[in-house]
Amino acid sequence: MFGLIDCNNFYASCERVFQPQYEDKAIVILSNNDGCVIARSNEAKALGIPMGAPAFKFRREFKKYNIKVFSSNYPLYGDMSHRVMKILENYTPNVEIYSIDEAFLKFEGFEYFDLRETGLKIRKKVRQWTGIPVSIGIAPSKALAKIANKIAKKFADKTNGIYFIDSDEKRLKALKWTAISDVWGVGIRHGKKLKSLGVNSALDFVNLPDSWVKKNLSILGLRLKRDLQGTPTIQLEETAPAKKSIATTRSFKSTLTTFSDLEERITTYTLLGAEKLRKQRSCASAIYIFVRSNPFQKEAEQYRNGCTVTLPYATDSSLILNQYALKGLKNIFKSDIEYKKAGILLLGLTPSTSRQMSLFEKNNPKHSVLMETLDKIHRRFGPHRMKLASQDLKQTWKMRRDHLSNRFTTEIDEVIKVK
Amino acid sequence: MSKGNKVVFFHPNQKSGKGLFLAQEGISAGFPSPADDFKELRISIDREVVKNETATFYARVSGESMQGAGLDDGDLLVIDRSLEPEDKKIAVCFIDGEFTVKRLKVEKDCVYLMPENKKYEPIKVTEDNELIIWGVVTYVVKKV
Repeated sequence: MFGLIDCNNFYASCERVFQPQYEDKAIVILSNNDGCVIARSNEAKALGIPMGAPAFKFRREFKKYNIKVFSSNYPLYGDMSHRVMKILENYTPNVEIYSIDEAFLKFEGFEYFDLRETGLKIRKKVRQWTGIPVSIGIAPSKALAKIANKIAKKFADKTNGIYFIDSDEKRLKALKWTAISDVWGVGIRHGKKLKSLGVNSALDFVNLPDSWVKKNLSILGLRLKRDLQGTPTIQLEETAPAKKSIATTRSFKSTLTTFSDLEERITTYTLLGAEKLRKQRSCASAIYIFVRSNPFQKEAEQYRNGCTVTLPYATDSSLILNQYALKGLKNIFKSDIEYKKAGILLLGLTPSTSRQMSLFEKNNPKHSVLMETLDKIHRRFGPHRMKLASQDLKQTWKMRRDHLSNRFTTEIDEVIKVK
Repeated sequence: MSKGNKVVFFHPNQKSGKGLFLAQEGISAGFPSPADDFKELRISIDREVVKNETATFYARVSGESMQGAGLDDGDLLVIDRSLEPEDKKIAVCFIDGEFTVKRLKVEKDCVYLMPENKKYEPIKVTEDNELIIWGVVTYVVKKV
């Protein structure tokens, strides 16, 4: 069985934990440099503020509807995400951090557990310990867990935030309810194509013949079909990148202990992630780095940690991303630990085209040519083995963040005040 | 440059130093851990005070309402949200748009937020108040 845990309106929820006066109020969070809306509370959604709305165009609406505006606070979101993920890892060692606010859990050997009960416990614990509300979908496969999660969220008052597809009847009902373009990994382009062929729901898709699916949507489409049929086919970690963030995480073949070994791994993952980033023409605003020991090595000392580094500006440059990734690694590295897994998450993605240029921002244009070349080399010669030397980063540019809340959990001078 | 088929090599300037890091935007970590091989041998206040790091948060005291309990203006509070709020526990609460720290007094069908300073009145929580018991205070860190 698989579970998908998704934090509800994550950025907005993080702000609300430390400023509960905005509970039930409309809030929006702006991208780096206060450019456009990247997150909304349900109330803001209901007021018709679209995702990606340019802040300057909606200033009047913000005022008129008394919408609270926040600049993005990645140190806070990153730390809160880390806390949520750590709680999830207490329930099963098989956790795939899918994005800053989503994780897949694999429940193996849970046959004798009531998974709905487990789900409720997870939900309660995350809420109590961190203040973050989550929705949980549980199903026999990842693609179905994704759908179950959507149902849990959509009908929150009925489902209590948790939905379990535990029978074929429920599975078919869920598939019928799910529009084809909402199926995990189908996307707008394939969605349109399928719709034009009369495939409107996930159920229609499952009823297509295997040969047709394979021919038109490749082996990936076929695996998705199996997954939706209830046969777990898409395994943890081997998924297409999420829209909101890009993750590159791996378990090592054997354990690693030295900083230089981990440095090499993190560099490789960052370069891999950066390439994915450029492929989808996005820039990242922050990078999350994490390491952990092997939970199955019971006798060895256990350690897991992660941190978020905010970039001075959104970038797709491998050089800059890696520079900050390694600084983050330095921050969390602990010696004498047998590390089994590490990874990076690129966060706060914005389209490259809308990236805000600055007078003093010299690095990006220069790097973009270099990055193109780098990507070409990689396409031609394969493996991402290129390692970067340390670089000097003389950044003096400061981004615009007029609505920034405190870094309540990472700066001692910015914690909440109590009377 | 001469006309010959000279190859000119360009070398990166390596004198510019090894990646000076500007942490102006801040690095956030779960918790700072001294990168020290001997860390385990030393006394760690963090380890003593933080029993559950995932659920631990901090707050700064502002005002004198809890002076009697040793919570003075400017003190740092350690809050463990994993602990259940109970009668007689000191808790950080959010009531009517404001964070406050008080001792909980739980009665049959009523909760009081009790100050420990005679100049302050107990707060009786009624249905008209919106109360969030945010977390239980476990330690107070003060400068002497």
